[in-house]
Amino acid sequence: MGLLSDPNRRRALISLLTRLNAPICVVCYMAGVAWFMGLAFEPFTLRTYMSENAMGSTMVEERFPAGERALATGREFSAHKKKVGGMPVDWLVKTMQARGLEVFTQRFSRTLPFPDENKERYLVKGTNVYGILRAPRAPRTEALVLSAPCTPGDNNNQAVGLLLGLAQYFRNQVYWAKDIIFLVNEHDLIGMQAWLEGYHHTNTTGMDWSPLQGRGGSIQAALSLELSSDVITSLDLVLEGLNGQLPNLDLANLFYAFCQKIGVLCTIQGKLQRNDWDSVSGYSHSVQTMMLMVMKQASGRPWGDHGLFLRYHIEAATIKGINSFRQYKSDTTTIGRLLEGMYRKLNNLLERLHQSYFFYLMPSLSHFVSIGYYMPAFGLLAVILLLRALDLWVQLATPPPRTEDGVADTDTLIKSAPSQMSSPGVLSVLTPLVISHLTGVEVAVEHFPVSETEAVVLTAIAIYTAGLALPHNTHRLLSGEGTEQGWKVLKLVAVLYLAVLLGCTALINFSLGFILALTLVPVAAFVTPHVPKILSAFILVILSPACTLLFSVFFFQELQEMPVSFIDGWMLFLSVISQGILDHSLYGSLVYPLIALLVYPCWLLFWNILFWK
Amino acid sequence: MAAHRCSYSALLLIICSLSMFIVADSQETTLTGDNHATELDNPQTATETAGQMAEQPAVEERRLWEATEVEEATPDDADTDKQDTSTPETAVPSSVPQPKDDFQEELVIRPLHSGDIYASFQFRTLWETDFMRGNKVSHYRLFPKSLGQVISKFSVRELHISFTQGYWRTMQWGQPFLPSPPGAELWVWFQDSVTDVDGTWKELTNVLSGIFCASLNFIDSTNTVQPSASFKPLGIGNVTDHSFLRYATLPREIVCTENLTPWKKLLPCGSKAGLAVLLKSEKLFHSSFHSQAVHIRPVCQDWQCKTTSWELRQTLNVVFDLHTPGQGKREWSLFKMFSRTLTEACPLASSSKIYIDITDNPQGEQFEVSPATPLLSQAMVLGDRRTFSVYDLTQQITFGTVRSLNLLIRWKSSEGDMLRPLLHGERYVAGYGLQTGEIHTLMYNNHPYRSFPVLLLDSVPWYLRLYIHTLTVASKGKDNKPSYIHYQPSKDRVRPHLLEMLVQLPPNSVTEVTVQFERALLKWTEYTPDPNHGFYVGSSVISSLVPSIVAMDTNSTREQPLFSSFFPCKEESSYFVRVYTEPLLVNLPTPDFSMPYNVICLTCTVVAVGYGSLYNLLTRSFQIDEPSPGLAKRIANIIRKMRGVPPL
Repeated sequence: MGLLSDPNRRRALISLLTRLNAPICVVCYMAGVAWFMGLAFEPFTLRTYMSENAMGSTMVEERFPAGERALATGREFSAHKKKVGGMPVDWLVKTMQARGLEVFTQRFSRTLPFPDENKERYLVKGTNVYGILRAPRAPRTEALVLSAPCTPGDNNNQAVGLLLGLAQYFRNQVYWAKDIIFLVNEHDLIGMQAWLEGYHHTNTTGMDWSPLQGRGGSIQAALSLELSSDVITSLDLVLEGLNGQLPNLDLANLFYAFCQKIGVLCTIQGKLQRNDWDSVSGYSHSVQTMMLMVMKQASGRPWGDHGLFLRYHIEAATIKGINSFRQYKSDTTTIGRLLEGMYRKLNNLLERLHQSYFFYLMPSLSHFVSIGYYMPAFGLLAVILLLRALDLWVQLATPPPRTEDGVADTDTLIKSAPSQMSSPGVLSVLTPLVISHLTGVEVAVEHFPVSETEAVVLTAIAIYTAGLALPHNTHRLLSGEGTEQGWKVLKLVAVLYLAVLLGCTALINFSLGFILALTLVPVAAFVTPHVPKILSAFILVILSPACTLLFSVFFFQELQEMPVSFIDGWMLFLSVISQGILDHSLYGSLVYPLIALLVYPCWLLFWNILFWK
Repeated sequence: MAAHRCSYSALLLIICSLSMFIVADSQETTLTGDNHATELDNPQTATETAGQMAEQPAVEERRLWEATEVEEATPDDADTDKQDTSTPETAVPSSVPQPKDDFQEELVIRPLHSGDIYASFQFRTLWETDFMRGNKVSHYRLFPKSLGQVISKFSVRELHISFTQGYWRTMQWGQPFLPSPPGAELWVWFQDSVTDVDGTWKELTNVLSGIFCASLNFIDSTNTVQPSASFKPLGIGNVTDHSFLRYATLPREIVCTENLTPWKKLLPCGSKAGLAVLLKSEKLFHSSFHSQAVHIRPVCQDWQCKTTSWELRQTLNVVFDLHTPGQGKREWSLFKMFSRTLTEACPLASSSKIYIDITDNPQGEQFEVSPATPLLSQAMVLGDRRTFSVYDLTQQITFGTVRSLNLLIRWKSSEGDMLRPLLHGERYVAGYGLQTGEIHTLMYNNHPYRSFPVLLLDSVPWYLRLYIHTLTVASKGKDNKPSYIHYQPSKDRVRPHLLEMLVQLPPNSVTEVTVQFERALLKWTEYTPDPNHGFYVGSSVISSLVPSIVAMDTNSTREQPLFSSFFPCKEESSYFVRVYTEPLLVNLPTPDFSMPYNVICLTCTVVAVGYGSLYNLLTRSFQIDEPSPGLAKRIANIIRKMRGVPPL
């Protein structure tokens, strides 16, 4: 790095970067977006392959015969469900016992912070029933989980029937090395959360549950089954979990391998795989699939019952049976055989699934994009922030009147920078920082005395918009007229803050980090007090986190091929906010607090800069 | 040298004993033949004697071996045996005392509540000898020589070793006759003459590892503890200084045929005759639970304890799953279970019996046993009065006309619910993430009105760093203060944590012991080849005197005379139980082992390029070097200096 040690060359480099700052930033932004869009192009991605040896080379035979009987059990279950008007606990206990399982129940109750209007629930009380199939000659150290939610109405009866059918079949096999837990959970995610908290004896969300009586050691993998029809056309794999966590890619590979072997159509994000990657429609198809995954992951909510397992380092996925109008149908026996095969291979595991990727995107079930490929897209966006910060730093370090040679320049840079930072800056920087964060806290604090969903959401939005008016007036009261130096220091701080924030977010949840970077980086790059106020304010609002969410809602609907009108979209937007708050308080999702406590205040800083004078 | 000196006496001894054996053998065969003849003549007397046996409770036996099973017949047997052999002994004049040994075998079959079948083999060899005095024991008859040498070389007072595959399901199967934890367990009391206990222990484990073909050589100081209260000697002798005790478990040990074969070789008849014929590995390892053990201890020969002898007990417990093989008809037979039938007793055995527990089935409503036997026996087992059908293999009549015994049980009822054993334990790891965690140990006292104390022993490897200040013991939501706590903190890479507590369990309650721990980051060579599997923590041991079911029975006055039943009988009021919890599988923070290459590359690059230049930037001050002036300029400057004009 003689480049930086040599003052002349360093000066040249810096002047190049400052002179060409704007064009370089634009190029980086374009390159980042282009890179990201390129990820979905099939020749640029890798084929999936099984990394885990224990699951790869061993062949298993699937012999599950009793699909019809499973359906009959499902019908019996639905009849009992109707009769009881909820979870038929006694019937399930008896049925599981008859199949030779050790059966236990768990009661739980939870009062939501405000009524959940999507699912129409407020006071939730329920019972989970689970049966453990003890593996012969195994010391209860490892377990696998197969779960099926007991949903109200006519949904998912077939899943419970198949679960019980598999339990009966598995019980008669001798090869099990891990205990298998068959779980029927009530109230979908809330029941699952209660069961997992009970199993691991943690309480992260303040739920009331009765302690579990039986356990099977550390859970190695879990599958959740959703099946609402007797025959299906395809199986859909859901991977996205809480806070954008994903299970090990080998689990997806396992599912894909067995779908291929047994001949079941399989989809991801509800999208079939296409072979015409070189055509425009084929490419846009895989872009859609990948974008759906990005949107779902960015939302940070569990997209199936499996999503909550991931917190406990248990690899889990949800398998959904889909019955559409296609000709080709698979019956329950086939799905049973598929699950049998998957469980036999999971049973063969010697170690936890760890060989394959944990960070990936899937443009189709057979291709994936690993972290090494998608991170540069984010890096190109993040580098814009650093370039802007460098530019500001140089501007701050070289005050306009002093035109000396390099020696004096570096000297002043070292000497003057801190003093300039401190003298007018501290107050003018700290004040907006504190005020914007206080606003963020105000948004984040859940105003729960109001027990109406609408009220909670509208309060949040109101505080959010009120925050726009608040901070840009305050610093003038404290420190008089804002100086040129002042906003530069503030912007420098804000830009670096945003860079760190987005960097950390992208490491944990790439999709969220990337979407935020896509909208916030341009804001951070162009905002100064000298740009035209009205237009810039408009752009700033358009690119604010809340509007990003609004656009995402529309975009997501578009991707799912269910476009909505503006009014519906607005209602959806409101419900998404309320779901975000609920997810946070029920399952510990971090997206809402992240936006409210960090991203929104950071954006307020840029708003502040715009109205500096 | 020593051999040469002793050769004369040894020769004499061999001659004497040889002659004596010939005489004794002939005597014995004739005697037993007579016995059979008489018993065949009048089976009535035989049943009477069996009844008598059943009436006498084996008090002294129970005192010594608290957690065992049907033993009431042994003193009588031993007595008759002594009488049998005493005749030849007096007949042959000999100066050398005759080492007397005796071998018994038995099989207890208990149809379990859950519908499974529990088969428990016990082989007992008694030998009146002394390994400890100076004289070397060199002649072995029934007692296996390999174990005898181990006892004398390592001055072992008591040795208990078990290999178990699977976990005993107390909730479905009740209490086992002999409990054992999953994996391998070894505990040894040494004689107080041993000076270097740790060294001897190390050698002993290596020798046993060879004898049993097991990985006992992995027992070292990091998994060995010295329990202060939980493991008392089961034989005679009142040494209670626990510095002579070593206890270790290997929860990961897998038990298979390679461990069974050497175990079978220790039997006098091998697997050639007697009950051991049934021990075929392809069937034994097709079960829900398999446990084999060897127990060696000194016991009293008679009730006055004038002479002591060594007892070797080999036990093998198997639980067969009935659900798996046949679905419709639930029936079970010796042949189905072991793929063999019995045709004879071991000729060397003084007694050879099969017991079938028919307590739950007095009128044959649960299951049906064939062939039926008139012999019944009652015994106190684990605080419960049980009734057994007895098949005596030493009698020809047992085998009937087909000359082979194939017991058959036909089930009539379906599977039962879960049991509520008076005491059982459970353990699990709570929490998530790879930094900390919490070990929960639950102890259930299901007795309706009696509380009893239990001793809890926990041995946790050093890589789980226990925060002992977070130890809580709570029952029914209230703090339950242990009356005795013995805690030995771990030392990294040297010794494990040892925690022993005496806790009073309130009636009908769950007592929860929790302690938090931190997961240590191991050195990279300390990881196992499969680090993502997790690391095992051995079972914790709960030992207790549990109030017996008989004493719990409030209607006990019905069948007994009133004068006998006011105070609960001492022997029956409580019994010893040891319960093992499940072992734990704990994940430790594991590096990605393909990483070192990347890390080396990355760190080298970072250090060389990044750090170097950054360090340069921060520490160097940059100045532009004036190019050195030419000669002419320098001369001009000198001149200007002399003139007093500023230089160029």
